[in-house]
Amino acid sequence: MSLWFWVLAACAAVYATKLLGYLVPQSWLVHPAVGRVSAMLTIGLLAALVAMNTFSAEASVTIDARLGALLAAALALLLRAPFILVVLVGAGAAAGIRALG
Amino acid sequence: MTPAAPVPLRRSPALRTGLSIATAISLYGVSFGALSTAAGMTLWQTVALSALLFSGASQFAFIGILASGGTGAAALGAAALLSGRNTIYAVQMKALLNPRGFKRLAAAQLTIDESAAVAMSAPDPVERRRGFWGAGIACYLFWNLATVLGALLGDVIAEPEALGLDGAVVAAFLGLLWPRLKSLDAWALAVLAALVTTVTMPLLAPGIPVLAAAVVAVAWGLASKGARA
Repeated sequence: MSLWFWVLAACAAVYATKLLGYLVPQSWLVHPAVGRVSAMLTIGLLAALVAMNTFSAEASVTIDARLGALLAAALALLLRAPFILVVLVGAGAAAGIRALG
Repeated sequence: MTPAAPVPLRRSPALRTGLSIATAISLYGVSFGALSTAAGMTLWQTVALSALLFSGASQFAFIGILASGGTGAAALGAAALLSGRNTIYAVQMKALLNPRGFKRLAAAQLTIDESAAVAMSAPDPVERRRGFWGAGIACYLFWNLATVLGALLGDVIAEPEALGLDGAVVAAFLGLLWPRLKSLDAWALAVLAALVTTVTMPLLAPGIPVLAAAVVAVAWGLASKGARA
């Protein structure tokens, strides 16, 4: 039951973070710094998510098949592959490297 | 510039991008369902996270922290902190779409990486609207169906990694980042943010390294704006 409490509390907390952005007064949005900072923030956050998902290990960092997935996906993107193919290439590379040991 | 007449909904490029992103994240949703039940969540708790929380990175952080022995409060904290970027997307969506009333409440729930990214990359207001709602609704449906599927198949898939699902996640985030890497400035920030995250991962609690990178990105945005002013 306690786990249910944290699940629902987390749902409410995350919804609040989303709704909060829509409650910002319109007048704040015209400041030029807002657009610049939010564009940089998007890049920073997505790059951080890439790094976290590539190198994360329990209480440490590691290099494994996920780095191969990252490089294969980058190659697919350089070749202008559509998004869904990039995702499949990433999965295939990680699975392939693991299968080869 | 006078906007051209919008293309019919069936041929909308933004809607198509939204549908293909939604298809791509379903893989990730299957992985979430499988890992969530493996982490000790029940089927209904897993369903609740996808239907009510609906933010991939936050959901993975939530179950990841519980699975590694963290407290419920730590899991909630990381999920909410990781959702901080949704606040930023919401601000951007308000500026672009300004939904009102019930639509605003629904838009808030659908505000995630994918819907915001599709809306931001669309060329005109009609396509932005289609991109946001199309990607948002498609992602919501596919993600929730995939979660249920993954949760039910979780026991069958003993090792989600053997299918390369973790590699799919890495590729998906890189695929979302890629279109934004159009300048040297953007590349430099992306590399710095990735470095900050990797270096702080062994030192900080899960979820926090991403916020360290966010602080660096905000500082970068303020500094580069100052340099140009």
